[in-house]
Amino acid sequence: MEKFKAIKSSAVPLPAEDVDTDQIIPARFLKATTREGFGDNLFRDWRYNSDGTPKKDFILNNPVYAGDILVAGKNFGCGSSREHAAWALYDFGFRVVVSSFFADIFKGNALNNGLLPITVSPEILDEIFLAIESNPGAEFSVDLENQTLELPVSGKKVSFDIDPYKKTCLLNGYDDLDYLLSLKDKIEQFERERGVVI
Amino acid sequence: MGKTLFDKIWDAHVVSPVPGGMEVLYIDRHFIHEVTSPQAFDGLAERGLPVFRPGQTVATADHNVPTRDQHLPIREELSRFQVEKLTENCRKFGLELYGLGHPYQGIVHVIGPELGVTQPGMTIVCGDSHTSTHGAFGCIAFGIGTSQVEQVFATQCLLQSRPKRMRITVDGQLRPGVLSKDIILYIISRLTAGGGTGYFVEYAGSAIRSLSMEARMTICNMSIEMGARGGLIAPDQVTFDYLKGRKFSPQGADFDAATARWKTLFSDEDAVFDKEYNFDAADIEPMVTFGTNPGMGIKVTQSVPGAKPGENPATFGKALEYMGFESGESISGKKIQHVFIGSCTNSRIEDLRVVARFLKGKRKADHVTAMIVPGSQQVAAQAKEEGLAEIFQEAGFDFREPGCSACLGMNEDKIPQGEYCVSTSNRNFEGRQGPGARTILASPLTAAAAAVAGQVTDVRELMIA
Ligand code: SF4
Repeated sequence: MEKFKAIKSSAVPLPAEDVDTDQIIPARFLKATTREGFGDNLFRDWRYNSDGTPKKDFILNNPVYAGDILVAGKNFGCGSSREHAAWALYDFGFRVVVSSFFADIFKGNALNNGLLPITVSPEILDEIFLAIESNPGAEFSVDLENQTLELPVSGKKVSFDIDPYKKTCLLNGYDDLDYLLSLKDKIEQFERERGVVI
Repeated sequence: MGKTLFDKIWDAHVVSPVPGGMEVLYIDRHFIHEVTSPQAFDGLAERGLPVFRPGQTVATADHNVPTRDQHLPIREELSRFQVEKLTENCRKFGLELYGLGHPYQGIVHVIGPELGVTQPGMTIVCGDSHTSTHGAFGCIAFGIGTSQVEQVFATQCLLQSRPKRMRITVDGQLRPGVLSKDIILYIISRLTAGGGTGYFVEYAGSAIRSLSMEARMTICNMSIEMGARGGLIAPDQVTFDYLKGRKFSPQGADFDAATARWKTLFSDEDAVFDKEYNFDAADIEPMVTFGTNPGMGIKVTQSVPGAKPGENPATFGKALEYMGFESGESISGKKIQHVFIGSCTNSRIEDLRVVARFLKGKRKADHVTAMIVPGSQQVAAQAKEEGLAEIFQEAGFDFREPGCSACLGMNEDKIPQGEYCVSTSNRNFEGRQGPGARTILASPLTAAAAAVAGQVTDVRELMIA
C-alpha cells in the first residue's frame, strides 16, 4: 500500500444516496485476476451508454469537475463486499471519499487500499455540495495527521474520526497483514489454548 | 450484566486487542470462491507465504459457472480462466475444492451449511457479503474484502472493530402464503437499506423460532441488505436436528458433546442491546420491491409510494424511472417477462419444495421465461429424486444446474435491458441481473405466482383457487 499524503484538491460531487458497489464496478468486470485496470470501468453503466459512448450528463464525463476527492450521498458503498470497488476508485485517481455515512465492508476495503473514507455530518455534507456547486475548481485540503478536512472559501476546518491503528497504517503505507504476521506466536498460543484441531 | 450471544462468540475468538480499539479475531472457517480470491493467492505467492491453516478453508466455484452443460468446458473465456485459476491455486496451496463436476459443488453459502462445515459458535468469513447466511446457525459470519481473504489465508485471523448489537424480535404467527423472505423484506423496508450499518443483528421471537433452518438462512442472508455486518439466530433443537449426520458435523459422542456446548449459545436474559426493534408477524404480508435497493419494498397489495420524508427525492425518482414505475400505481398487475428462482437466498431444497407444491398442476404464462437454479449439486440431486424437477418441467420452468446464475449475471444468465424479472435473489440494484434489467425481489411463492399469472400478483389469490 502507498503512503497517504496530504491532499489539496478540487472535488467531484455525486449526491446520489445508497450508491452500491454494483454501480461502482458492475459484476461483469470482476473477471480480472489482478488488481489493476478497474478504473476504466468505474461507474461503468452510469458513465457509458451500451455502445461505449460517454453519457454526457454523468459527472465524471463533465470536464468542469475533477480532483482526488469524491463527495457522495449517504450510505456510499453498500451491497457487495467486492474490494474491486475500492481498487476502481483508487485506480481512477481518487484518494478520498467523503460522505455522511459509509457501508461497513466498503469502508474497511477502502482503508486497506490507501483510500481514505471521511465521514461528515449531513449538514457539512450539504455545505460541501454547495461549495462545489458555487465553484467547481475550489480546493479542499485533507490533513490526515491532524484529522481535518478544510473547506474552500469559508476555510472552515472539519475534524473527522479514524481508528488510530488505521491512521498509522495509512500514513506509513502498512497493511494489516504485516501486523498479523508479527502476532504468529500469539495466534498459535490461542489455538493451543482453545484446542483448535488443525 | 449478561452477555449477548454475539459477544459470547466474539469474546471467545479474540486473540489480542490492538491499541486504539480494534481486535485480532480468530477465524474458524473460511469459504472462498473464484471471484474474490485470485488476488489474495497472488499476494501470498508474492510474499512467499503458505496458507497457514489449509484445513479450515473450503473452496467452490459458483459465481461464474454456466447453469447448462457443466460437463463441458466453460465457453466464456474470462470465466473459464477465473475458475481454472481457482483450481490451480487450490492445488498449489493444498485447499479442498468442490469445483465443477464435484457432487458437493454449489453456491458457497448453500454448501457450507448442507455439508455441516458451518456450526454454532464459530467465526466464519468469506470474500462475499452474503456470508451473513451462516449466522442462522448461531455463529458470527460476515463478508470480507480480498485483502482480508489474504490475511485469513496467511494467519487465520482478521483485524476487526467490534460492531454494535441490535436485536430484531418478530413474535406471533405467520399468515398463510407468507415466507421467511417476506419477513426479511418487510424488516428491511422498515429499517431501510442503511438502517443496520454498524450493527450485528440477532433475530429473535416466536416467529423466528418457528422457522426451519432453510428459512432462517434466508433471513440472515439478507442482513447485509440493511447494511448490518451480519445477522445471527441462537441455535436450538431445529439447528441440532439439521446438523445431525451431516458430512462434516461432529459424529456420535462428539455430536452430543458439541450439542451440550451449543446449548450455551444464547443471549442472557439481562443482556443489553444497543438497539431493539419489535415486529408482529401478523402484520407481514407477501412483499415485493419496487425500487433499486432492497429497502424499497412494499406489501404486494400496496401501490408504489412516493419519497418518504428524509429520503432524497432525486435518488428516489431515479430509482422509479429506472424501474419504469410511477408513484401511486398498483404493483400487482404489472406485466413481467422473467422469473428467477435461485441464489443463496432461496435455492435450498425447502424453497424448491414450496415452489413445486404450488406449481403442481399449474403452468407458467406463455410470455414468461421461468428459471429455477438449485443452490447446489446436492439440492439438484434431491429435487430430482423427489420428483420436483418433473413438476417444474411440466409447469414450463427451466430447471438448471447449480450456481449463482442470474443473481448477478456473471455467466450467460442475464435479464435483457428494460425487462422485468421477479427474482428470489437478494439485490435489485441497477444492472444487477444484466445491464438495464429491472429486478423485483420476492419470495419463491410470489415469484412462482408471477410466472403463472404473467404479472406481479398476490400469491394468496392463486392458493385459494
Ligand atoms: S447467489 Fe448471488 S448473492 Fe449469493 S453468493 Fe452468488 S452472487 Fe452472491
